[in-house]
Amino acid sequence: MAEPTIYEISSPGRTGFQFHQPDVPVAQLPAELKRNDLPFPEVSEVDVIRHFTRLSQLNYGIDLGFYPLGSCTMKYNPRINEEMARLSGFAMAHPLQPIETVQGNLALIYQLQEWLKEISGFSGITLQPAAGAQGEFVGGLIMRAYHLSRNDLKRTKILVPDSAHGTNPATSSMSGFEVVNIPSDSRGNIDLEKLKEICDDCVAGLMLTNPNTLGLFEEHLQEVIAIIHEKGGLVYGDGANFNALLGIIKPGEVGFDIMHFNLHKTFSTPHGGGGPGSGPVAVAAHLVDFLPAPVVGIVEEGDDETPPLYGFITPSKSIGRMKSFYGHFGVLVRAFTYIAMHGANGLRNISENAVLNANYLKKLLGNAYTVPYDRACMHEFVAEGFWDDAPGIHALDVAKRMMDYGIHPPTNYFPLIVKEALMIEPTETESKQEIEHFAEIMKTIAHEAHTEPELLHTAPHHTPIGRLDEVKAAKDLVLCCWIPPEE
Amino acid sequence: MSTPKDLKFSETDEWIKVKGNTALIGITDFAQSQLSDIVYVEYELDVDDDFEKDETVATVESVKAAADIHAPVSGTILEINEALIDNPEHLNEDPYGSWLFKISIEDPSEVDALMDAETYDRFCEDRGD
Repeated sequence: MAEPTIYEISSPGRTGFQFHQPDVPVAQLPAELKRNDLPFPEVSEVDVIRHFTRLSQLNYGIDLGFYPLGSCTMKYNPRINEEMARLSGFAMAHPLQPIETVQGNLALIYQLQEWLKEISGFSGITLQPAAGAQGEFVGGLIMRAYHLSRNDLKRTKILVPDSAHGTNPATSSMSGFEVVNIPSDSRGNIDLEKLKEICDDCVAGLMLTNPNTLGLFEEHLQEVIAIIHEKGGLVYGDGANFNALLGIIKPGEVGFDIMHFNLHKTFSTPHGGGGPGSGPVAVAAHLVDFLPAPVVGIVEEGDDETPPLYGFITPSKSIGRMKSFYGHFGVLVRAFTYIAMHGANGLRNISENAVLNANYLKKLLGNAYTVPYDRACMHEFVAEGFWDDAPGIHALDVAKRMMDYGIHPPTNYFPLIVKEALMIEPTETESKQEIEHFAEIMKTIAHEAHTEPELLHTAPHHTPIGRLDEVKAAKDLVLCCWIPPEE
Repeated sequence: MSTPKDLKFSETDEWIKVKGNTALIGITDFAQSQLSDIVYVEYELDVDDDFEKDETVATVESVKAAADIHAPVSGTILEINEALIDNPEHLNEDPYGSWLFKISIEDPSEVDALMDAETYDRFCEDRGD
């Protein structure tokens, strides 16, 4: 049954709140400041509690079940993260407090900076960016500032493979560059010949997601990086898929110049439900001076008796501030906790198990689904959600049917280079049994697609609301639950 | 849907219908079926704007993806089909009857270099559809 909106529950005169008897004289609001056109719902406290509790029970999250949303790394968020983030010294701190009173918080930021540099093999880092896309934007601005600082004014292009995240061309464009698309070859790698042909000394850099959105490791990684560097360009690593590489590869050591992390993917922290995210950007030695300001550093060395004093440092050629204050601190606390709890070996285990789980699942599906570019995958893979002998069935139908089995659908219709794409990322936090259960559901749906296609076309059947009209949702935007009456 | 024989086609799935020095430009049936339900058309150029072959002249967005529309030839915009802004679904319903731009052609030899219907059909088949 659909839950009514809070406005539909409203009953005239009902209230759930009373003002205290004021201890100051009562004054009347001037008439011109009063308005009657803003209808607040009139509800009691129990109305509110029941309404939002019911809504929360309609929600689906990683705490309820499997969530194989490809490229999003919907791993379980350990409860200790939440405990740490709620410590009052973290949760109640004000960003404008004198630094002497928040040394613990600054020490945490500093240590997290050091750990992320160690994990990725880079020399400098900013924890400011709000999430991955802002991290990419920071990367774009750093590339721009770097070339300009060398008086190299001809670099107007950024190369982006066709298997890239959609944010890559968007952020390149926002940083003022022209985006040039690089095609993939038949094994899902960057087309090296095309890259050589296109890459010239007008290229500011390449944005590379590795493993790419097909879940495949770039087999010519070293050559790709060399081609860009030879022409004086920089290589930006989109770290959205870093969950496949922890403790195995340090991007900074294989030649990447810049990389962003998605703390809200790789290092757990709440993610489903819209964030908040956190997108730190790490850079190689030659780019450290361009980092956004401020970065947290040691402003007074300590000794045996006294700890160092942590404070803020402005890099000499900084591109400036990217976000108010110091990033999403609550997410930083969670990522810090996650790294501290796992340790170096634990981090490597995470990636090994993420890759193992994805390959196991891919194998279990067998011939039920076509997986183009069929080679060992990394932490995710992309299957096709259609069959030549099941006409009229699309990836969307498969995804919607999955909801009937209590599973969050995988990412669909992305990447664009796979027809009717279903992008599946199980993550390391799912058990062998859970993955086998999911594989069975996927096989059942593939069977239904051939025998009872109508079941898929009209899915989902067991959710509070059935198939939504996506065209209407995209075209007729109503962004308010209360529609003002026409004058 | 059969591919009209009086049109020429680009590798990026635009069609062009030439009439003297002017032409209409639209997207092919293959393009609209790949995109699925189109919900937005955004014109990047105005009337009288010049454009080069392969330049992005418009963007269409469906429930699944956004795609750039590339000019199949170089030329100048004569007219924009503004009806598509309110009714982008016409691109799905009648791809060869729904034109995006009316243009004047700069170099007729660019038209000759485009694919004819038969070649374009094969081109689509080779891409696995």
